[in-house]
Amino acid sequence: MFDISPAEWTAILLSLRVAVIATLVATPFGIALAWVLARRDFWGKSFLDAVVHLPLVLPPVVTGYLLLLTFGRKGLVGGFLADHLGIVFAFRWTGAALACGIMSFPLLVRPMRLSIEAIDRRLEQAAETLGAAPWKVFFTVTLPLALPGVLAGMVLGFAKAIGEFGATITFVSNIPGETQTISSAIYSLIQTPDGDAAAGRLVIVSIVLAIGALIAAEWFARRATQRLHGN
Amino acid sequence: MLRVDIEKQLGEFSLSASFASEGRVIGLFGASGAGKSSLVNMIAGLLRPDRGSIVIDGETVDDTAAGIHVPTYRRRIGYVFQDARLFPHLSVAQNLDYGRRMNGLAPDPAQHKRIIDLLDIGALLGRRPGKLSGGERQRVALGRALLSKPRLLLLDEPLGALDEGRKLEILPYLVRLRDEANVPMVYVSHDAAELRQLATQIVVLKQGRVTSFGGVKVLT
Repeated sequence: MFDISPAEWTAILLSLRVAVIATLVATPFGIALAWVLARRDFWGKSFLDAVVHLPLVLPPVVTGYLLLLTFGRKGLVGGFLADHLGIVFAFRWTGAALACGIMSFPLLVRPMRLSIEAIDRRLEQAAETLGAAPWKVFFTVTLPLALPGVLAGMVLGFAKAIGEFGATITFVSNIPGETQTISSAIYSLIQTPDGDAAAGRLVIVSIVLAIGALIAAEWFARRATQRLHGN
Repeated sequence: MLRVDIEKQLGEFSLSASFASEGRVIGLFGASGAGKSSLVNMIAGLLRPDRGSIVIDGETVDDTAAGIHVPTYRRRIGYVFQDARLFPHLSVAQNLDYGRRMNGLAPDPAQHKRIIDLLDIGALLGRRPGKLSGGERQRVALGRALLSKPRLLLLDEPLGALDEGRKLEILPYLVRLRDEANVPMVYVSHDAAELRQLATQIVVLKQGRVTSFGGVKVLT
C-alpha cells in the first residue's frame, strides 16, 4: 500500500519546494508588515489589513485568475518581469510558489503580528536609553522576543502553502513535474480510474504534513510565552 | 550639570518646571501624579517638551526654539526604571553587556568587575531575569545602566516596587554608588527618608510645578 511511486514523489518534492520557497520569500515581507500593523497608526491601515486578509475570504479561483491577469505573460507585471528580468511565473513552478505565498500570507502574518503586539514596549524604551538606535532595538529586542511567533507564522504559512490548490491550478495549471503539487496530483488521481490507492497515499502524506506543522506551531507559541517571561 | 526649563501639556495635566543643578544627586521629590516621571522621561528624551530646553553636561539635548531634539539613544544617559525592565531573552551577563555593545565601546574588564563587585551581582551572571528576585533584578538594572557609561544616571523610584526589607537591601548599594561610581544622578522618589539618605540637592514638584529647590533641608 505504501509504495510511493516516482510520479508521486515528484509531486511531493515539488510541493515541498514550492512551499519552502513561498515561505522563505514571504517571511521578510510578513515580518515588516506585521510590525507596521502592530506598531504604526496611519491613514488606510484598516484597508491594508483587509487587503492582506483578502486571499483568506476570496474564492481561490478569483485570486488565481487575478494572478494570471497580473503576472501572466501578457499581464502588466508579468510582461515587464519576463521582458526585462527573464522571470516567468505563468505555468512554471515559480508561479505556483507565488500563488502559494500570496494565499498563505494572511496565516503567516497573523502570529507574527500578535507576537509583536505582545512585546512590552517599555523594554524597547529601555534599550533606547542604553544607546540602541531604532534599528538595533528592532534586531536585538523586538525580533528576538517575537521570534517564536515569527517561526509559528512561518510554519502555518508553510502548511497552508503545501495544501494550496484553487489559486495555483487556476494560475499555473496542473503540469506534472512543473506545477503539479500534491493537491493537484490528488485532484487528477481521483478523476482517473484506479487512481484511488495513489490518491490515498498522497492524502495520508498531506495529513501527516499538516498535523506536524500544527504541532510545531503550537510548540513555538508555548516557547513565546516562556521567552517573554524570561525563564 | 543639568539645566531644565520646560513646559508640557499632558491631557488635563500641565507640567512646567525650571531648575539648574550642579548637585551630584538631584532628588526629585513629589507625590504620585506630581509629574516626576514625565519630567524624567523628558530628560531621557522619551517624551518631548512642548516648549523649553534641557541641557545635560553642557550639551543642549532639547531646545524647542532651535528645533533641537536629540533622540534618546544618543543622549548617553542611564535609566533605571521602577520595574527594572531587564531583557527577558538575555542572561544577566548579556543584559549587563548590552549598553556597551550598542554604544560600540571597547570592553573594560576593570570597570565591569568594579561594578559587579559594587552591586554584588557576580553570582547572578548566568541566570535569566525570570529567575531573579525583585531586589536582584533592580541591582542588575543598576549595573546595566552604569556599564553603558552614562554621563547622567536617571533613577525613577528604583525602590518603588520593593517591600521594606528589599529596600533596606538596596539602599546601601545606592549610597555606595553615589560615593564611588562618580556618575551624577537624578533620583526620583515620593519617600522623603530615602532622599535624605541619598540626595545632595532637592527639587520639590507639586501638581506639575517646582515649589522649592535647595539642599535636603527643603524636605522638612
